[in-house]
Amino acid sequence: MFKKINNALNPSLRHPLDEQNKRTNKVALMIFLAIVYVFAILLDNVLPANGITLMLIPVLRKGAIYALLCVSMNLLNGFTGLFSLGQAGFMLIGGYVYAILTIPQASHAAVYQYFDGGIFQFSVTEVFGNVLGPFLGNVIGAIICIIIAGLVVAVFAALIGIPVLRLKSDYLAIATLGFAEIIRAIFQWNGIGGITNGSNLLRKYTNLDNLVWNVGSLNINFGTTFAFLIVTLCIVAIILMINSSYGRAFKAIRDDEISAEAMGINLFKHKMLSFVISSFFAGVGGALLAMFQTTIQAAAFTSAMTYEILLIVVIGGIGSVSGSCIAAFLYIACNEWWLRFLDSGYLGSIPVGFFRGGFRKVIFSIIIMVIVLFFSRGIMGDKELSFTGLLNKIKQFKNRKALKQAAEKEGE
Amino acid sequence: MSNILEIKDLKVNYGGIEAVKGVSFDVEEGEIITLIGSNGAGKSTILNTIVGLVKAASGNVIFQGQDITNKDTNYIVSNGITLVPEGRKIFPDMSVLENLKIGAYMRNDDLSKDIEWVYSLFPRLKERSWQLGGTLSGGEQQMLAVGRALMSRPKLMMMDEPSLGLAPIIVRDIFSIIKEINNQGVTILLVEQNANMALKTASKAYVLETGNITMTGSGEELLHNEAIREAYLGT
Repeated sequence: MFKKINNALNPSLRHPLDEQNKRTNKVALMIFLAIVYVFAILLDNVLPANGITLMLIPVLRKGAIYALLCVSMNLLNGFTGLFSLGQAGFMLIGGYVYAILTIPQASHAAVYQYFDGGIFQFSVTEVFGNVLGPFLGNVIGAIICIIIAGLVVAVFAALIGIPVLRLKSDYLAIATLGFAEIIRAIFQWNGIGGITNGSNLLRKYTNLDNLVWNVGSLNINFGTTFAFLIVTLCIVAIILMINSSYGRAFKAIRDDEISAEAMGINLFKHKMLSFVISSFFAGVGGALLAMFQTTIQAAAFTSAMTYEILLIVVIGGIGSVSGSCIAAFLYIACNEWWLRFLDSGYLGSIPVGFFRGGFRKVIFSIIIMVIVLFFSRGIMGDKELSFTGLLNKIKQFKNRKALKQAAEKEGE
Repeated sequence: MSNILEIKDLKVNYGGIEAVKGVSFDVEEGEIITLIGSNGAGKSTILNTIVGLVKAASGNVIFQGQDITNKDTNYIVSNGITLVPEGRKIFPDMSVLENLKIGAYMRNDDLSKDIEWVYSLFPRLKERSWQLGGTLSGGEQQMLAVGRALMSRPKLMMMDEPSLGLAPIIVRDIFSIIKEINNQGVTILLVEQNANMALKTASKAYVLETGNITMTGSGEELLHNEAIREAYLGT
């Protein structure tokens, strides 16, 4: 009897996803995304700004941005097997490029007050705004600047990749970590303060809350929608990449480098491709993060930020895109919202002595230890979440119950 | 018969050690050729050098009249040489079908016919097509490694110890399939420690000892050679 149960649960004996299932999953995903987008617009504009919605907006925005950052890291660490820790450095470059390009001309004197108003004296969003009106100018200008930010990061990654990608495993991690720290130091250097504003903040650039469409007396805020849109597009692009023959080559390199080379896969070229693409999306994520934060400072992009993202990837499951997305939203929600009360000193209205600043991090560490010990493959392992998969799980669960009951009856 | 592959005075070094010390041999088109020898004789090194994974110190590798010495592996593979690596080395976290598709990575045309061909040679793989490579048994993994190599539609297939770590009955199956593949027009260069099986299968054999070829002959001749029997067949 129990042998039968085992067979029903053995993942290697699952039936293949047929075309029908694929179509169902696609439709289910579309419906889910449509609901999310409608909800995002309602959240920004219609729903009353009380306690919950006030927290939900930043959590959803940051969660979406982190989902992209995690998926981009997963492409490199999970699918290509390159253990790189340069994420924060690439995000920093992306965020800075975006911010520098969109600071309005009038604000330059205030932002670059120690550097005579800075070197660049133009703003891409303003240039487009003059032609298309402020809303379209902001949206299109922001999209163009985000793409430029991604491209600049990709070029940096290609240059760094030439020496670094010849290293393996831990050495690659150390080298990329080092480069990220170097980037952070350079961006704070006063010598290029005319561009980066030295170690000071960059601010007043186009942020998510500037994406407001004025129709008559109506003001429609597209902040959350915009973040979700860019993130969705990028993640879809990464998924298409993973499912293409390039993606297969990445996985082959991860599984066995020598064998992959013997198949005719050019190791360096494919590693470089994965590194550059992952960095491009890290740059896009950095630009979105800058938009979300409304101010950006190089000092904040420490290696701890990279570890945070790595942690989410591990929690979600190395090699699972949907796992990274789920884990990103959960992590951000816990970190920014659900576990905040631990730092407040109160449980409800009762004062609790050991609930003080930083206690949240202690609880976090415990949760992480539990996950690493008992769910070492993360939430999703290397599987993907799908609608039909979920249905099958529920069916299996019901079957198992039925089988168990039958077994018990037999035993009697 | 013309030679599909000619090795001329090939020398390969690992660090300071000369692993292959001036080896020359030919592979005739449409035949099964075997290199036998003990551990450390340089058999695997020769195969790795031919496919470009290891660079030669001197000498030439000539494939269909073209010098391919020290060319990039992807160039060599797309020209029609493929290697079934020692110890199988399938991709454990990819499905059987994905493994096969990776084998055809250098090709841009339609693969469905070749996948059908491989499945007809190894019906077992078709049953397991959605299973992860790492969950297959040793014999099935060897079948997958051979199938994966065939996906590049090779003219010359080089096999490094296909019998390694397999039960005798599975070894027999593998060798009968090697013959079948050969009948369908693929030249085979076989490296083996299991000299008995290799010599029975091969039309021509070379004996390799510490980087030099010490004996040549047809498989049948070497099978009955006293020295060979003593050294490799243990009788």
